[in-house]
Amino acid sequence: MNAEPQRKAPLAYDVAGARADFPILARRVYGKKLVYLDNAASAQKTHAVIGAMDEFMRNEYGNVHRGVHYLSATATERYEGARKRVAQFVNAAADEIVFTKSGTEAINLVSYSFLAPRIKAGDEIVLSVMEHHSNIVPWHFLRERNGAVLKWVDVSDAGELDPADVAKAITSKTKLVAITHMSNVLGTQTDLKEIVRLAHSKSVPVLADGCQAAVHSTIDVRDLDVDFYAFTGHKLYGPTGIGVLYGKRAHLKAMRPFNGGGEMIREVSRKKITYADPPARFEAGTPPIVQAVGLAAALDYVDGLGRDAIASHEADLTHYAMRQLRELNWVRIIGEAKGKGPIVSFETQGIHAHDLSTVLDREGVAVRGGHHCAQVLMERFGVMSTARASFALYNTRDEVDALVAALHVARKVFC
Amino acid sequence: MDAETRELYQEIILDHSRHPRHFGALKGANRSAEGFNPLCGDRVKIYLAVDDKNRIADVTFEGKGCAISVASASLMTDMLQGRTTPEVEKLMGGFLHLVKGEGNKDLSADDREQLAVMAGVSGFPMRIKCATLAWHAMKAALDGKETAQTE
Repeated sequence: MNAEPQRKAPLAYDVAGARADFPILARRVYGKKLVYLDNAASAQKTHAVIGAMDEFMRNEYGNVHRGVHYLSATATERYEGARKRVAQFVNAAADEIVFTKSGTEAINLVSYSFLAPRIKAGDEIVLSVMEHHSNIVPWHFLRERNGAVLKWVDVSDAGELDPADVAKAITSKTKLVAITHMSNVLGTQTDLKEIVRLAHSKSVPVLADGCQAAVHSTIDVRDLDVDFYAFTGHKLYGPTGIGVLYGKRAHLKAMRPFNGGGEMIREVSRKKITYADPPARFEAGTPPIVQAVGLAAALDYVDGLGRDAIASHEADLTHYAMRQLRELNWVRIIGEAKGKGPIVSFETQGIHAHDLSTVLDREGVAVRGGHHCAQVLMERFGVMSTARASFALYNTRDEVDALVAALHVARKVFC
Repeated sequence: MDAETRELYQEIILDHSRHPRHFGALKGANRSAEGFNPLCGDRVKIYLAVDDKNRIADVTFEGKGCAISVASASLMTDMLQGRTTPEVEKLMGGFLHLVKGEGNKDLSADDREQLAVMAGVSGFPMRIKCATLAWHAMKAALDGKETAQTE
């Protein structure tokens, strides 16, 4: 397990320059240098994002698609421009991109508008044991309301998901495969393309939870051929309050509306209503306009650094962190999948994850301790909670060292 | 490590968490309730034997959790024996004030001394629920409920 293939040297990457773009990284906590390793929960924001939102609100803000006045026009242009930018980011068409308030809402939208009308008692939904609660609970709703059956696909002890196991779980009653593209606990990147291929060979659509994968890898929804792809803005260095649902045009056109309200209708009379085309059909009410502008700025920033360069830098950090943690015989890493993303979960012998997080926090090191909204996975690995260090484009090897030093401090307290 | 963290994890707390008192199910319990912290998944079950004078004759707990929640449960079970229901409720009120940093005036001198080791929790707002879990479960058991959650 310890032997890993020789890694290529990371691409040239100016991490110091990147750090300078994130103002919060300069602050101190409890008089200590901040070491922010909770990026899988939410990433910090660059000057570019903060500035774009600030500038938009100062100069161009109005509601979208409504007034004919100047500011409504500029705001609409920026909002729809953001949609085009997001579409480009995942290689989709703009009318296949629905803005939601979160990744969670994007998945709920598919559950409510796509699957609920076509699922009946006994129909099956296939999902893996490493799903985040946001890719579990919407399907549980369909179990409770429609009598759907959830079929769970296990992962290996290393945390790997075999696409063949997903295929085996599909029956004539399967209506959807809902699977993560990258586990928020284990870091495992799933072979989504192969899962989609196998599911489609049995005429089953696939929804992918891309909340982590969209941050750490290049997403091409056309190449993946995935039916739905959900992700969120705030983990991608954008603001909170905006999520994205990519859906194949044919699916979106066939789907019922989600929320009802302004913006999603064509005509409303006393007796009937007709609905707008996608994506507006799914965007009732005033959408997250400022957030969309911020998200577009975040994507520009990420592409400016280069997604391959970022991925290579993060892979180096992950490799280094795994190596350092394996040196400690009182630390058990959970998730050893090959080619995993920059998310490292671990248990420390004799120290509860919450006590550990508290001590680490006071050393300036921010990690997540808990079940990570993945209780099914915690049960699979027989743990109540883990600590999790997750890396972003601005983290450094020095910060991994700070994590390890803080672990030693905690060890002294409890053991 | 800073002084606040050192105070939070002082030796008595660590000792209670490593060697919890009154641990395990209670034979003859006539009340019990489970406390669950959805944030971390910690669980604690409290068993009470309440006599006909509304006095706690015996109390135990079982469960898994962080050092703070286990130590708090252990310390609580140390303190409840022989107290009547109103006395327990008053003690709990004083304890909640203490860990929330709202002072210790409503505790008796003895209780104040015994609970002083928990005062450090007030400097860690994210950990207050760990400290109160067992107490909420105990109150739920007294009230005849089966479960308690840290809001």
